[in-house]
Amino acid sequence: MNLAAEQVADVRARGLTPLWACSAVAFLLFSLAVGVLAGPVDLGVGAVLESAAARLHVPWASTPLSSTEEAILWEIRVPRVVLAALVGAMLALAGAAYQGVFRNPLADPYLLGVAAGAGLGATIAIAYLPDGLRGQRALPVAAFVGGAVAVLLTYAVGRSARRERDAATLVLAGVTVAAFFTAWQTFVQQQNAETLQQVYSWILGNIPSTGWSDVVLILPYVAVAVVVILALRRVVDVLSLGDDEAASLGVDVRRVRLALVIAATLGTAAAVAVSGLIGFVGIIVPHAIRLLSGVGYRALLPLSVLIGAGFLVLADVIARTALSPAEIPLGVVTAFFGAPFFALVLRTTRGGGA
Amino acid sequence: MNAIELADVTVVLGGQPVVDRVDLSVAGGEWMALIGPNGAGKTTLLRAIARLVPFAGSIALEGRATAAMHRSELSRLLAVVPQEPSTPPWMTVGEYVLLGRTPHLGPLAKEGRRDREAAARSLARLDLLDYRERRLGTLSGGEKQRVVVARALSQEARIVLLDEPTASLDIGHQQQALELLDALRGESELTLVAAMHDLTMAAQYADRMVLLDRGRVAADGPPRDVLTEEAIARHYGATIDVVPVDGRVAVIPRRTAARNT
Repeated sequence: MNLAAEQVADVRARGLTPLWACSAVAFLLFSLAVGVLAGPVDLGVGAVLESAAARLHVPWASTPLSSTEEAILWEIRVPRVVLAALVGAMLALAGAAYQGVFRNPLADPYLLGVAAGAGLGATIAIAYLPDGLRGQRALPVAAFVGGAVAVLLTYAVGRSARRERDAATLVLAGVTVAAFFTAWQTFVQQQNAETLQQVYSWILGNIPSTGWSDVVLILPYVAVAVVVILALRRVVDVLSLGDDEAASLGVDVRRVRLALVIAATLGTAAAVAVSGLIGFVGIIVPHAIRLLSGVGYRALLPLSVLIGAGFLVLADVIARTALSPAEIPLGVVTAFFGAPFFALVLRTTRGGGA
Repeated sequence: MNAIELADVTVVLGGQPVVDRVDLSVAGGEWMALIGPNGAGKTTLLRAIARLVPFAGSIALEGRATAAMHRSELSRLLAVVPQEPSTPPWMTVGEYVLLGRTPHLGPLAKEGRRDREAAARSLARLDLLDYRERRLGTLSGGEKQRVVVARALSQEARIVLLDEPTASLDIGHQQQALELLDALRGESELTLVAAMHDLTMAAQYADRMVLLDRGRVAADGPPRDVLTEEAIARHYGATIDVVPVDGRVAVIPRRTAARNT
């Protein structure tokens, strides 16, 4: 059978269209710019650009900023914006990946017990570690360890269920482990009532102004997660047909799911460790993209990285400037602004989405 | 060499043998209809052949044990059209049919020219080329069925298993679908194994019928030998007449209670 070349060329999977890719990159760049410029100290666009040029060793460029301003820009704002971008990208990507892997539109990055485990880890660190230790260093590590342990336990419980190991079994195991860890965390909190306030504010989430240390802490995990998930993005489309059909199309479902879940979960645990529990990003960002563009996972996953990063940077700007010098918990901002926006998207789009 | 060879295959689900010591071989190019009452094990037998459910015994495709094959190797040899395929509404017809190329791609690869050509060929064969940009959510039941067959065809497997391929179709679309499968079998030398409920339809197209009951092969042969009033009464508990029509047979259900008018 002879087919015209253009007919063959037209049989294609919609990947990232240039329009969407450019829009998403533009949105991210805009958010980053707003994030760097917004704050109690007005640095000015030109001065920031000159300072950046000087840092990049552009000949004849010198910074017009004072050393205090330099420090505000490079040791506080830029790392905080970068951290927000990493956390937002990770949460949105993990949410989108989970929704595909578990074929559940309500799946969020905290599905397999990461949140409960990290919460327990953080609570234990706040309650039991001596003041000197717990500061900036120990808390994220404890939260990360707690999150990772919870997910490993979820996998172990899921595997020991002798039924066919399907996605639903794993989700149930996650619910079980999360319930256990949450109960434990509540118990520790009750025993140490003075920690309530601190634990509560950790749970509501915020991006810390801790300079580059947290960025360095989570960057490897986020980078690996992004690379693994994006490399497998075509397979996520296949998985969205269900385990059986994916298997009959030659996919080793269990192994691919394991790779995706481990990547998404470790990245999420790292994000949670530095920023607490920021709700809603992992659900709202992928769904908004899906509703607006109607794309499959192979485009949705990279778009989630870009839009998720931009979204959280902007949310963080609101969190730290709206009631400055006080900060609004980031989880409050994402839901407060995210929910109405999402309602709007739901209203204006029909059908199309999954 | 047979396309499919089952030796002493047993599938136990929930402690019960759903497929019970089945020996069966299907020749290359054959169209075999798998019939039997609800719960006879038709779907489970198909799933065992596709290695979607654990089984005891051995199953070989073209002389090679499926147990020893890599998943993608198996899928290059055998395609499955499930009874209720999932058709994500946001996916386009082109994207969906391209997913059939998955076994020919590594997990990290994306489709190349060869894959797009194979997908385009199978779309063209099913008169779906003009539908390639349409979303699955906008298709009718009959169109969806064709799209699912197109996906299986783009897999370029020589064996196709179909589970109730006509279950959701009206009589016209049933006939079209089966005619199409028959034509494809001729052109591409496909081996077809289809679980079917409509015995008359099955008798029109299949070379051979295998009647399963409680996981065992109760009868095996040409439709006219398998479809007897006595066998249908025994295995389906149905009262029917078998009527010969042009060398094939038709099954007509008969009302057993007396009319009260």
